[in-house]
Amino acid sequence: MRFALTEEQIEFRAVVRGLLADTCGPDELRAAWPDAELAGGGPGGGNGRVPGAWSALAEMGVLGIMVPEANGGLEMTQEDLVPLLIEAGWAALPDPVSATAGVAVTLLAQATDSEKRAGELLAGIAAGELSFGCAFLAGRVATSNFVPAATSLDQILLCVNDQVHVVGPASLPLERVQSVDGARDLFRIDLVDQLDNSTVLLTGEAAESATRSAFDFAALGAAAELIGLSRRMLEMTVLYATERKQFGVQIGSFQAVKHHLTNASLAVEFAEPLVLRAANSLALGNPQASVHVSMAKAKASAAAKAAAAASLQVHGAIGYTVEYDLHLYMKRSWALAGEFGDVEFHRRRVSDELLAI
Amino acid sequence: MDLTWSESEEAFRTEARSWLESNVPTPALPSGDTKEGFALHLDWEHRLAADNWSVVSWPKAFGGRDASLWEWLIFEEEYYRVGGPQRVTQNGIFLLAPTIFEFGTPAQQEYYLPRMSSAVDLWCQGWSEPNAGSDLAAVRSKATRDDAAGGWRLSGQKTWTTRGAFCNYLFGLFRTDPESERHKGMTYFMVPLEGDGVTVRGFGRLDGDEGFAEVFFDDLFIPDDDGTAATMARGGILGEVNQGWGVAMATTSSERGLTLRSPGRFQATATRLVELAREQVGNGLSEQMADAVADAWMDAEAYSLFTLSDVSGVVEGKAMGARSSYNKIFWSELDVRLHEVALDLLGPSAELDGPWMKGYQFALSGPIYAGTNEIQRNIVAERVLGLPRK
Ligand SMILES: Cc1cc2nc3c(=O)[nH]c(=O)nc-3n(C[C@H](O)[C@H](O)[C@H](O)COP(=O)(O)OP(=O)(O)OC[C@H]3O[C@@H](n4cnc5c(N)ncnc54)[C@H](O)[C@@H]3O)c2cc1C
Repeated sequence: MRFALTEEQIEFRAVVRGLLADTCGPDELRAAWPDAELAGGGPGGGNGRVPGAWSALAEMGVLGIMVPEANGGLEMTQEDLVPLLIEAGWAALPDPVSATAGVAVTLLAQATDSEKRAGELLAGIAAGELSFGCAFLAGRVATSNFVPAATSLDQILLCVNDQVHVVGPASLPLERVQSVDGARDLFRIDLVDQLDNSTVLLTGEAAESATRSAFDFAALGAAAELIGLSRRMLEMTVLYATERKQFGVQIGSFQAVKHHLTNASLAVEFAEPLVLRAANSLALGNPQASVHVSMAKAKASAAAKAAAAASLQVHGAIGYTVEYDLHLYMKRSWALAGEFGDVEFHRRRVSDELLAI
Repeated sequence: MDLTWSESEEAFRTEARSWLESNVPTPALPSGDTKEGFALHLDWEHRLAADNWSVVSWPKAFGGRDASLWEWLIFEEEYYRVGGPQRVTQNGIFLLAPTIFEFGTPAQQEYYLPRMSSAVDLWCQGWSEPNAGSDLAAVRSKATRDDAAGGWRLSGQKTWTTRGAFCNYLFGLFRTDPESERHKGMTYFMVPLEGDGVTVRGFGRLDGDEGFAEVFFDDLFIPDDDGTAATMARGGILGEVNQGWGVAMATTSSERGLTLRSPGRFQATATRLVELAREQVGNGLSEQMADAVADAWMDAEAYSLFTLSDVSGVVEGKAMGARSSYNKIFWSELDVRLHEVALDLLGPSAELDGPWMKGYQFALSGPIYAGTNEIQRNIVAERVLGLPRK
């Protein structure tokens, strides 16, 4: 028994954090927003990507972390990737790290036997050349048909009932929608009926089971990012509460303020172990993995909402403006809290398992 | 990350399980917080001790099994899984013992620990006083030096002393420096509750059981330690005179942290909650209630995983420090939630005297004892998050 990251995982995580702190600060984030006014600054015209951070991660091999060695990857596991996604969340990196390194690799790895293309795509991910999006359009998982930064992606994986397709964004009917979080530069893909056989990656049983594990990863990836986002918001807020003075004292010395932040921090501290456990379960193919993912996503979503609410309250009006950085992290939390199954969806998966209704 | 148990840990589990399954009394014992119930619990404690199950993680010499922290967690899980009785010895074995291990002389360890593990001596905790609750440093009970007689004379009052009316010893803080204020000048005493100079009055808790006591000291004499058993039987001092605050803090962090409330206890309650809900599946269980059950279950899982992660750090030498306040807040509020959901499931029959209502009333004290949750929140904010004290 040892429920802790390894030395190497801790080191990798620290390196990624440092790299993201350098390449994906609030300025770079604002630049990812298409609309400078909504972002509260920046040049405008962004496409939901932070190219400096993405290429640095690609160079470090983060994207190919789960890709088999045979395809040029590091052949590590969900346990290695998930802590890095917490860091991606901490930086609010909008780029599709979870979708590419986690969801797409999960799907593609299950298709390498039947599809030569799958191996090539995996190699492309490992080489840092390909970015992926993923949508779950119909089937037994929660419908998730929003794809951030879709037009910037190389490929989009579509899970539709018992089929998995891989399609370039140009050949898909993408409808641009406005996310509360502009850095997500969001597109909706509605159920596509003109998909043909040329884009099929998996069908039947294989597709259904791959879809389930891909969805599990997608939910877990979002949960991990939510943990990082929560930590970031709380760090910002603790800092602010020690700087801002009212009544002649630091506002952080007021007990009401302390308790708001402690409550949010409690939610985060007790959600993170659920996230790490789910990563372990996915890595080992634990039969309970989906339930573990649901616990993680339900609790991480709730924790992030609590952290956002407490952070805003403690900031007061300064937090209520787009010119201050907090909104960049808060809005991502709101977006991800509902992605790949919201609290209700995942709690229901847990209660179905417990109560077998 | 390795979330599996080793072969020897599994073997330990099997051994514990089979012993518990054949020894845990059925039907469950009545509450140990009444005179009659306490006597039955004492029989149980003696049975545990006879087969060396009362304090598994202690050294063998003191009645334990030298079990690792992991094995202790496993034992607790099995204990509560089979519905083992509440531990009426807990304040001694979980709260005082760690302090004796840390501050006791070898002679004190040899004298007090085996008597504690075999439930010969029964210890209660004497921190609180009428005017010293959350503000423990306001303790007024005092010990006056009697050089002629070679010892200390204790006077004052302790209160809220759990099972004080049934125990024969108390540990607590007494002011030994009359000039001192606040955290300074207090000494950690171990005190017999029998004989001249001490009066104990038991009284009812919220559920009516006589689980509380107030303890009055009137010149109770504690002789200086001469290393003999006869003297130690009459009480003594742990650590240095006037250094009691530091000694006491070692105990309060065990109380908040994992030793007092292992995850097994809440997992067992969560399992019983799920069983209760299952009885209503197809028979009126609403989706809303099913969700509430799932939510409470997830929190019990989270507590268990949080503990595994803490213990992973502790076995590698990391101190839990103020993080133990997270545990305290979480387990106590989790316990309340688990019972609230159960009572909601029971509907109108929730009000009837039964294990859930009884458990609920007890759960409600969790956010109060062991340092109230308001105080714990202050501790987290200041010592973990780093917010300013003043
Ligand atoms: C079931 C039970 C068993 C107990 N067993 C024992 C025992 O065996 N031995 C023992 O010594 N004691 C025992 N206690 C007593 C317990 O330790 C005290 O109740 C506790 O320390 C709180 O003290 P108080 O009750 O005097 O409340 P107070 O300290 O008067 O507090 C009342 C309220 O004010 C709040 N408050 C106080 N100070 C602050 C602050 N600085 N910031 C914010 N809020 C504050 C508290 O959080 C609480 O909500 C037990 C209590 C219970 C309920």
